[in-house]
Amino acid sequence: MGKKGIETLVGLFVLLGFLALVFLALQAANLATLTRGDTFTLTARFDNIGGLKVRAPVKSAGVTVGRVTAIALDRETFQGLVTLEIERRFSFPRDTSASILTAGLLGDQYVGLNPGGDDKDLAAGDVIRITQSAVVLENLISQFLFKSAAEGGGDTKK
Amino acid sequence: MRAAPRNGWLARAHDRVAALGAWALGVLQGLGHNAAFFVELVKFTPPALRRLFLVVAQVHKIGNYSLTIILASGLAVGFVLGLQGYYTLSRYGAAESLGLLVALSLVRELGPVVTALLFAGRAGTSLTAEIGLMKAGEQLAAMEMMAVDPRARVLAPRFIGGIIAMPLLAAMFSAVGIIGSYIVGVGLIGVDPGAFWAQMQGGVDVWDDVGNGVLKSIVFGVACTFVALYQGYESQATPEGVAQATTRTVVVSSLVVLALDFVLTAAMFSTP
Repeated sequence: MGKKGIETLVGLFVLLGFLALVFLALQAANLATLTRGDTFTLTARFDNIGGLKVRAPVKSAGVTVGRVTAIALDRETFQGLVTLEIERRFSFPRDTSASILTAGLLGDQYVGLNPGGDDKDLAAGDVIRITQSAVVLENLISQFLFKSAAEGGGDTKK
Repeated sequence: MRAAPRNGWLARAHDRVAALGAWALGVLQGLGHNAAFFVELVKFTPPALRRLFLVVAQVHKIGNYSLTIILASGLAVGFVLGLQGYYTLSRYGAAESLGLLVALSLVRELGPVVTALLFAGRAGTSLTAEIGLMKAGEQLAAMEMMAVDPRARVLAPRFIGGIIAMPLLAAMFSAVGIIGSYIVGVGLIGVDPGAFWAQMQGGVDVWDDVGNGVLKSIVFGVACTFVALYQGYESQATPEGVAQATTRTVVVSSLVVLALDFVLTAAMFSTP
């Protein structure tokens, strides 16, 4: 085999390797779904963010419109401060509410945006005022238990 | 030093301690020799890049010839991961996460590690045997006579070739494995294809998972190729010596890869 033949085969090998990498990046990983182009940031304070993680999707009506880019604790109000990055081509009214929802019963948590009816839109850096915290399963169960215990107690008194 | 009397428990203890010391010094010497050889090899790497055709020929020998085994193993591992993953996940009603399970285990762990182990068996042994026989046939000594450093002319191109080939092979292994599990999971078992890819894309990060996997395989490429070259170059120039060196290449490379993998995994993925 000549020099040219070997070079061609190695070229094919390298090409195949890069194709595999591109496949992994685009088809297996989230490079294609990462928000590209222009984005703007919004922040929202939640009493409890539950299991929300950075890079979790932000959805409106089920459509992904952005990602969570940072999660921090507000030092004054002791609330979870969540920074959202929304694609520039979407805009939401000022009275939009944000809630932390769960995909499926045990799925990952995401931020849901529920648009309001205000004429003015949220601008970059604005804070979403109306928020709803994540549902914590333990709280839900303990509420249910206390409630049924109280009812049971009422029964014995009768 | 005053000579100890050659009897009694004191003398026996003295011998034991001396043997331990000799062993420790031997290990240290071996490590030092390895490190010095590695530094020398790295120093010869930039000049070797100038004679690019030598490197290309080595990528051809190390990479192209390993393609069959890597692709076949990747496909088989993907098939089996699809079957076994589905079995476990379906118990929890999470069969849709099959894509995520397969992609993460391939990209983070199995791709780099299994490729490196196969690489040690397929390419490492051939490197060691080739260099060992060159040494036994006194070709390396002849090069030195012509004032050509065999480390620059023979070892360095192979070193670069191995480092180039390994990440590409690992990426192909992972990609083919994912396709294999798609064939089994979606084609054979009937997992929803949309959920298969969506769960995968939702959970696999380009830099944290794919990038770290590639980084791992580059490190393994350096380690495996270096071990193979070192064993070949330092082998005893006899048929038996070359045979021993070839065996040692597989054993040492595999152990080094497994140890490095633990260290790298702990460093890369321990923080959520």
